[in-house]
Amino acid sequence: MSDDAIRIEGLTKRYGSGDTAVDALKGVDMSVAPGEVVGLIGPSGSGKSTLLKCLGAVIEPTSGRMAIGGETIYDSAEGGWQSRDLHALRRDRIGFVFQAPYLIPFLDVVDNIALLPMLAGKSDAQARLRAQDLLLALDVAHRAKASVAQLSGGEQQRVAIARALANQPPVILADEPTAPLDSERALNVMRILEQMASQYRTAIIVVTHDEKIIPTFRRIYHIRDGKTYAEQGEGRKIYDKRENK
Amino acid sequence: MISLAGRDILHSWGKYVFTGIGLGLLIGVTLSMAGIYRGMVEDARALLNNSGADIWVVQRDTLGPYAEPSSLHDDVYRILQGLPGVAATGNVTYLTMQARRAGLDERVMVVGIDGFNSGHPGAPAYLLAGRGITRAHYEAVADIKTGFSLGDHVTIRRHEYLVVGLTQRMVSSGGDPMIFIPLKDAQEAQFLKDNDAILNDRARSAANPSLNRPGVPGLLDAIIASQSANHNVNAVLVKVADGWDSEVVAQDIRRWKRLQAYTRVQMEEILIAKLIATSAKQIGMFLVILAIVSAAIVSFIIYTMTLGKIREIAVLKLIGTRNRTIAGMILQESLGLGLVGFIVGKGAATLWAPYFPKFVLLESGDTLRGFVAVMLICALASIVAIRAALRVDPATAIGG
Repeated sequence: MSDDAIRIEGLTKRYGSGDTAVDALKGVDMSVAPGEVVGLIGPSGSGKSTLLKCLGAVIEPTSGRMAIGGETIYDSAEGGWQSRDLHALRRDRIGFVFQAPYLIPFLDVVDNIALLPMLAGKSDAQARLRAQDLLLALDVAHRAKASVAQLSGGEQQRVAIARALANQPPVILADEPTAPLDSERALNVMRILEQMASQYRTAIIVVTHDEKIIPTFRRIYHIRDGKTYAEQGEGRKIYDKRENK
Repeated sequence: MISLAGRDILHSWGKYVFTGIGLGLLIGVTLSMAGIYRGMVEDARALLNNSGADIWVVQRDTLGPYAEPSSLHDDVYRILQGLPGVAATGNVTYLTMQARRAGLDERVMVVGIDGFNSGHPGAPAYLLAGRGITRAHYEAVADIKTGFSLGDHVTIRRHEYLVVGLTQRMVSSGGDPMIFIPLKDAQEAQFLKDNDAILNDRARSAANPSLNRPGVPGLLDAIIASQSANHNVNAVLVKVADGWDSEVVAQDIRRWKRLQAYTRVQMEEILIAKLIATSAKQIGMFLVILAIVSAAIVSFIIYTMTLGKIREIAVLKLIGTRNRTIAGMILQESLGLGLVGFIVGKGAATLWAPYFPKFVLLESGDTLRGFVAVMLICALASIVAIRAALRVDPATAIGG
């Protein structure tokens, strides 16, 4: 048992079989501490999305081990998924932020966030209180009763982040969260993610191509041909200096 | 817990309500079809109730007078009146034909009756306006559905009748409104020929050596007289005395008078099970087709609405929403659509029922059965959409 929020050891994923088999992940190792924001960078077809889907309990890895919040969720040596209820696993232990906010259009802002605690069994009042707290923390409390369509792109992304945090998961998986944004807004989203990671002790993995935000990571995982390589974020010192000016 | 279905409906209520209205009109047609069938049954019952008879005496081996032609001599009533248990009798003729008024044709059932007092078998049970027939000829009492008014002159065959009274709910089993006229006039109307035909018939009889024998003077005149007069009726209606069983009296008539006698129960069976059976099957077929069309429409609408939410469903699944919650959302939307459609359909059927030319009876039992059927159809129709939603891969929300 480790203190890491995420720990992945020797994770592999093979699509297909026989001559047509493709090894998307070839023994990935990764660890992310609570409150840490790491980047996951790699070219198209390198295995980023496959890793994200394995971590998100959406597809089953072929072998290896994954633990979230110190608890093993997948271990091929132990028979695969350790929980039968992957819905509950995703709902309670993993938050998702997508490239587009993908908010539920028929729910207002507060209910988009409150839906998750409600699905987890919290009372309506408790769930809405939690949603209001998150909206306050993300500076969109004044839009609580607005419909999703009435929000700006930046506001929608902040609501999406609030939704990911709704059940206080140990992990948030962010898939290209800044892709459609200009530099200023992209950096703003990263500031918010860092702040939330620090405030809620949540580990965040940001999958990105976006060069604008790469300097914001203290640690980066490069993924190439199904393998990961960790490195310290060299641009971070420059970024910090610029931020502190 | 938030009602996802309720929120989705509120979010796109315009589309939902208009779809519900479209479906509702279809349901309205379905309910009306059922109402038309009930109306036919009710008309048949009204015909029997309003005749004031307990037994219908008709020609032997016929299902007369409504389902088959029947002919009896108009003095048969005398021998029936002598039977134990018979309180009153009435001769009747029924003839469906066109009645004309001021150049307008109206399909009516002309009823010839030999007594006009209320309670006399065959006479209209009550009057809305005017009076009963008091003269022996050329007066009529009309059902209000004919559109005739008091004082109107109505032409039946070659004779004109003055409308002296109006009655209500006096219709044939086919829904044609009735006109009551004196029995003698009705008997004449059934066999009345034009002058050319009368002359032709007389010439034919005169040319027939077996009818015009030289040694029998007066034979030809007697034959011609019998040919141009009609002393038949379609049925004799019998009212049974208090304390007597209709079936017992009917059995006596069948046994001793060699006539066919039907009790109220038997006559209802003839009208409903035989006379309107084909129409009932026709309507039943329509109901089945409409139910299938409704199911197909609901299924298509719900399926299309679900396909429009594929991305949201993928996100809901990814964030941990259970399949049963998503299936419940689609089922509730389908049932909601059925509910909106049913309310609209019931309202529409009630609104347009009075404008149908035939009586439309919307029974609360049929309404309840219709509601259950609509809900069942909507539940079944949602299965395709639910299957589509459950097949959505949550990974599609991530992309890659």
